[in-house]
Amino acid sequence: MAYVAVKGGEAAITNAHRWLAEDRRGDPTVAEVGVDQVREQLSLAVDRVMSEGSCYDRDLAALAVKQSRGDLPEAIFLMRAYRTTLPRFGYSQPVETGQMSVRRRISAAFKDIPGGQVLGPTFDYTHRLLDFTLAADGGGPIEPALQAIEPQPYPMSTIASVFDHEGLLETDPTPAADAPEPFDLSREPMTFPAGRDQRLQALARGDEGFLLSLAYSSQRGWGSTHPLCAEIRLGEVAVEFAPDELGFPIEIGELTLTECQMISTVTGGMEKAPEFGRGYGLTFGHCERKAMSMAIVDRALRDAAELDNAAPCQDEEFVLYHSDNVEASGFVQHLKLPHYVDFQADLQLVRRLRREYAARETAMKEAAE
Amino acid sequence: MSIEAVAETTVERRRWLSVLAKARADEVISAWDALPARPAFRALRAPEIGMVMVRGRMGGTGDAFNLGEMTVTRAAVRLDSGETGLSYVAGRDRRHAEIAAAVDAMMQSPSLRPAVQDRMVARLADAQARRRDTAARKAAATKVDFFTMVRTRSPA
Repeated sequence: MAYVAVKGGEAAITNAHRWLAEDRRGDPTVAEVGVDQVREQLSLAVDRVMSEGSCYDRDLAALAVKQSRGDLPEAIFLMRAYRTTLPRFGYSQPVETGQMSVRRRISAAFKDIPGGQVLGPTFDYTHRLLDFTLAADGGGPIEPALQAIEPQPYPMSTIASVFDHEGLLETDPTPAADAPEPFDLSREPMTFPAGRDQRLQALARGDEGFLLSLAYSSQRGWGSTHPLCAEIRLGEVAVEFAPDELGFPIEIGELTLTECQMISTVTGGMEKAPEFGRGYGLTFGHCERKAMSMAIVDRALRDAAELDNAAPCQDEEFVLYHSDNVEASGFVQHLKLPHYVDFQADLQLVRRLRREYAARETAMKEAAE
Repeated sequence: MSIEAVAETTVERRRWLSVLAKARADEVISAWDALPARPAFRALRAPEIGMVMVRGRMGGTGDAFNLGEMTVTRAAVRLDSGETGLSYVAGRDRRHAEIAAAVDAMMQSPSLRPAVQDRMVARLADAQARRRDTAARKAAATKVDFFTMVRTRSPA
């Protein structure tokens, strides 16, 4: 079969994109939404795009949401593509989430966590009834949030510190000064078996829906973790970076982060005192469902090493190879692009098989007669 | 300068660089534009937008892992009077980065520091402290007060 290069569709593509731009704008008699409005009023969409786009920049993420007409995986793709155009100055010092200026911190496992249960701005305990006052021309002025006389003191103690003296919770090994550089997925391809550093980076930018379903499957028995939410915290954390020309670290900004500590799976026994294992989730912005899912999947994967029959959420190749929605959506959606030659080849094959089948049938019939 | 004096200067410089970086771009620009006099400077390094890979700690306190990148703008300037300053500022606002670098240069000069110490650094630090305090008060207002249901009847 001769290979024929085909060109065409240039005008069709240009016109399609013009129509897309018109559709993105929608009814021109309705006011256009500004990037600042998206940033301020669709802030959780912005947070998801930053988180899975793996790039913290609220304005860029808001622009991506507007450009993609609210299609968040498309917006995430735009963020990932933009990232590749910028130079990298280096790596930050690890952020210290224990020092967070907490706006929300709850423990579902331990009622009396020091500092208390601080609900913060949450959907939890709302009735999930549509609020039609929001539809009526903005609904009028908002009642400002109440402010206590005494501010919440910072830093707030973590769940780990509460049980430290008893050793009930698994503790993180003290960071070694000579620890190797953490794996960087943006510079190296996925390798297996994956270290926890590689896994957490992959999960941090992994698709929320995929991780949510995996976490759910694990709760329902496919790879039993029995997680309890030890702590969720949301707030602002300073980022430090040490520029070469200074030789000492300086704070370069503040990020909003969501962190989740799940406790599950009692480990130890004969050789080691029993303790609760932990799973860890950390995301840019306020992405609570994602941070919780990440923590459950992290735990499930940590348990997997000891298993023969791993459930899907405990199979690290399955999880890590399929968690990235830019890769997944690229591979699924590339099927929309012309596959004329593939199909032509398949057609020829099936036609030949049918001819052979028909010939055999005829021969059988003739032999029978 | 003694080693202690150098260390002290570094601590101070880290503090004002932090304030300048964490301030909102519009606040930095309006505070700068409101100064009665601004020194002339030229770029040693034109403001450049790039990224820093943010690291977290495994489990919250363990070894580092790469969480994701953030946009950062850096700049370096030399005042016409000779002092140099630099900045690394989250986001993509070139003017924010350039002004931060100029203020860094002025803060290092005993004669220029008074011009920006209060009007820039202290004012921006106050604004940040106020925002943090407001958020901390709102957070405190959402703290759960648990109360225990008291049994009125003793078990039979």
